[in-house]
Amino acid sequence: MNKHADIALTNAAEWFLACGVEDVPENGGACVKYNDEQLAVFNFTRRGEWYATDNLCPHKKQMALSRGMIGSTGDAFEPKVACPFHKKTFSLITGECLSDDECAIKTYPVKVEDGKVYIKVVG
Amino acid sequence: MPVTVKPTVVVIGNGMVGYKFCEKLVKKSSGFNIIVFGEEPRRAYDRVHLSEYFNGKTAEDLSMSSLEWYADNNITLHLGDPVNEIDRDNKTVHSLKGVVIKYDYIVLATGSSAFVPNIPGVEKEGVFVYRTIEDLDMMKDHAKKVKKGAVIGGGLLGLEAAKAMMDLGVEETHVIEFAPRLMPRQIDSAGSTMLQAKLSELGLKIHLNKSTSSIDGDHKIESLSFFDETKMDLEMLVISAGIRPRDELAKLSGLTVGTRGGISVNSSMQTNDPCIFAIGECALYDEMIYGLVAPGYEMAEIVAANLCGDNKSFTGFDMSTKLKLIGVDVASFGDPFITQPACRTIVFEDTNKGIYKRINITNDGKQLLGGILIGDAESYNMLLQTTTNKIVLPPNPEDMILGSRGGEDSGAGVMSLPDEALICSCEAVSKGTICSAVTEQNINSVEGIKKCTKAGTGCGGCVPMIKDLMVGTMEANGAYVKNVVCEHFDHSRQELFDLTKINEIKTYDEVLGRFGKGDGCEVCKPVVASILASLWNDLILKQDTIQDSNDRFLANIQKGGTYSVVPRIAGGEITPDKLIMIGEVAKKYNLYTKITCGQRIDLFGAHLNDLPDIWETLIDAGFESGHAYGKSLRTVKSCVGSTWCRFGLHDSVSFAIEIENRYKGLRSPHKLKGGVSGCIRECAEAKGKDFGIIATEKGWNLFVCGNGGSKPQHAVLLAADIDNETCIKYLDRFLMFYVKTADHLTRTATWLNKMEGGLSYLKNVVVNDSLGIAEELEAAMQTHIGTYECEWKAAIENPEMRKRFNHFVNAPNEKDPTAELVPMRDQVKAKEW
Repeated sequence: MNKHADIALTNAAEWFLACGVEDVPENGGACVKYNDEQLAVFNFTRRGEWYATDNLCPHKKQMALSRGMIGSTGDAFEPKVACPFHKKTFSLITGECLSDDECAIKTYPVKVEDGKVYIKVVG
Repeated sequence: MPVTVKPTVVVIGNGMVGYKFCEKLVKKSSGFNIIVFGEEPRRAYDRVHLSEYFNGKTAEDLSMSSLEWYADNNITLHLGDPVNEIDRDNKTVHSLKGVVIKYDYIVLATGSSAFVPNIPGVEKEGVFVYRTIEDLDMMKDHAKKVKKGAVIGGGLLGLEAAKAMMDLGVEETHVIEFAPRLMPRQIDSAGSTMLQAKLSELGLKIHLNKSTSSIDGDHKIESLSFFDETKMDLEMLVISAGIRPRDELAKLSGLTVGTRGGISVNSSMQTNDPCIFAIGECALYDEMIYGLVAPGYEMAEIVAANLCGDNKSFTGFDMSTKLKLIGVDVASFGDPFITQPACRTIVFEDTNKGIYKRINITNDGKQLLGGILIGDAESYNMLLQTTTNKIVLPPNPEDMILGSRGGEDSGAGVMSLPDEALICSCEAVSKGTICSAVTEQNINSVEGIKKCTKAGTGCGGCVPMIKDLMVGTMEANGAYVKNVVCEHFDHSRQELFDLTKINEIKTYDEVLGRFGKGDGCEVCKPVVASILASLWNDLILKQDTIQDSNDRFLANIQKGGTYSVVPRIAGGEITPDKLIMIGEVAKKYNLYTKITCGQRIDLFGAHLNDLPDIWETLIDAGFESGHAYGKSLRTVKSCVGSTWCRFGLHDSVSFAIEIENRYKGLRSPHKLKGGVSGCIRECAEAKGKDFGIIATEKGWNLFVCGNGGSKPQHAVLLAADIDNETCIKYLDRFLMFYVKTADHLTRTATWLNKMEGGLSYLKNVVVNDSLGIAEELEAAMQTHIGTYECEWKAAIENPEMRKRFNHFVNAPNEKDPTAELVPMRDQVKAKEW
């Protein structure tokens, strides 16, 4: 079940170079390969923020979140992504499912330095 | 850090109720260590729908949850390992396989077993009970060689078992009931007579007042002997004479059990040991065993709530039921048997159609007490609600079972129920909960309501009512609440359309900045994207991340994450060379091909990375995008018309091609389909389309606002006997008026249904130009036609856009390894999810 178990074992907080800033569309996402895993990275241009999550939507186990639309919800403008398959939405901050409480995704820290996007695979 | 030890709850029994208890407890609290013991080798499954096992459902389909569910919720599951001792002094349980667990609480959900009466010969080969998947497997094996079989017991389960026997191919199936009627606990003798007639028609042979004295045969069943000294030869027997609570473990552990079986519990489902509870069919509350799933779930709720500190108690349960027995509706509710003078009874009997309905009402005619429905149980939900909520009956209570005959409708249906009316009794969900899910969380699908409230996830009997409530609430909201796009815009789609147009805004960010708030979402982004495309017809990939997934990648996403490719084949006309090219592309990229209902060819299973190359080949061969991915014009279907057909009046194919090419790429609130038929025989099914053109002796008849889909509706006549130019002029106006004024995801049929003034208003606007906007609408269509560009051509010619089709941003040449295809009939299909 835990797709990131092997990552967790390789110890310590690794910042890994995912891609260039220009590789991820504005206000959208892209899929990043990390070993045998797939991560989704989001360039939330409108807020000047970056997010990273699992690419796998836990609902029907589809590798699709990077292709989903992003946005925000509620009075606190919680950033979210909607899976393209059945529009389940997940918080980009906590990974919690906002459509129901039956599943959740993992989120990862992201930093941008010198036009490069890094994802921290152990949080 | 403080160390807290979680209390351990041992659940004994992994049936439907035992599983439901676990589900309810983990939902309420993570503060328990849950350990489950199940005697059967498999996880809890849906016993209510057990007979579906014979219609192709697998054990896994019937399963209540996935294997991961237990692990995900930290529940330890011991299957095939019954508990055989509870040591109450040391608070430990001991299983057959030697597992010893120290408990804080025990929940006994041991269920029941089939009651087998003491008839000589029950041990013979070919005699079965109908209870578990294992029983069914054994029946299945045996039934292969059987021509004649019988079921002892004409109750609910017995009739289910008889149905199973018929499904297994047993040619002659008998039902033997000791009582003078079928289903004696649920229906009266008139109802039984009707049911018996229906079932006999379907091939079941039913014997009442018949009691079996022995099962005969030489180790294998050969015949039955009855007390009336008759005999029946047969090769298979299923005994379904009732259930017996599984209370042997409780008895062994010194817990109090009833004289006729069942573990005695109080209203908190507690046994005489306060740490031990019993729920479901093994529990005896107030001298009664509740042999249905809904009360079992309610008991599970009560124990889960009490363990979490809530004070809830069980107060008995309504035993109303509705089911389909071998295709015949049977329902009984409230008090079905009460008779005069305690009440008044209204009976409707129709032996022609096999329908029997009885309702019992109070002597003052104001309230419904109960009733029975055979053959047609459509009104069951309403009748049950009327009974349990003590709703005042209409002046002619017979309307409740006969429907109103002329005059006004009786009552406002489901919407008139009080908020606390229980709609889903399996999951205890009220009308108020369902309606507020619709109103406050904007849920607009039955699936959504199931997810959000769990209503309709048990037996499923209340689903039609959930749908009516949902639609009713949405209509009520529509009448009083402004139809805003989403939380980010306080405008309707039409208002946003006009604002965007007047202010000549070209980007989503500017629309959001000027008229909205927040960062947008998956609802408003595609709405605005569609408006921008309708207004300016700019390439949608210039703002790719506001497009719905299919528009973003100009292809339809399918199970597994691959895409389908649909080139335009206007009017369904295609050359042999182009057909060959489609075949070659499909072969090269291993695509599944299928002819669509719109007369074109769909190629499935394309990897994201391959889409640009596939389209490059197709475009080189003269194809262009078919916009199957967009809310836009799909196809204009045609019959072969006067060029070949001996009945054809006009050349429908040429006209269909002209129309399809005129409106191709037009982005609209929903998909658009058209059709052109060359004569009144209407082979193109044009009246099932958003616009349909049908040849007449003098020209064309133009029909609008039809659709197939879940609520089919025929298109209506907008103009008759018009020539090609007039037809196109009216279509330009009609389509642009729709694009401008309809709500997002509203088909033309629904748009017209909601339009004030209806068809005559639409006719006035389109034909008589009553609003004086005809010129503007035609000009807008001209702009669209003038700016049309094939989106795929533009995409493959632009290296930056092409890059967006790589699955991995950091490994551009690698395809998604998880997108799996499996073989099917010489082609491939997506792997099941």
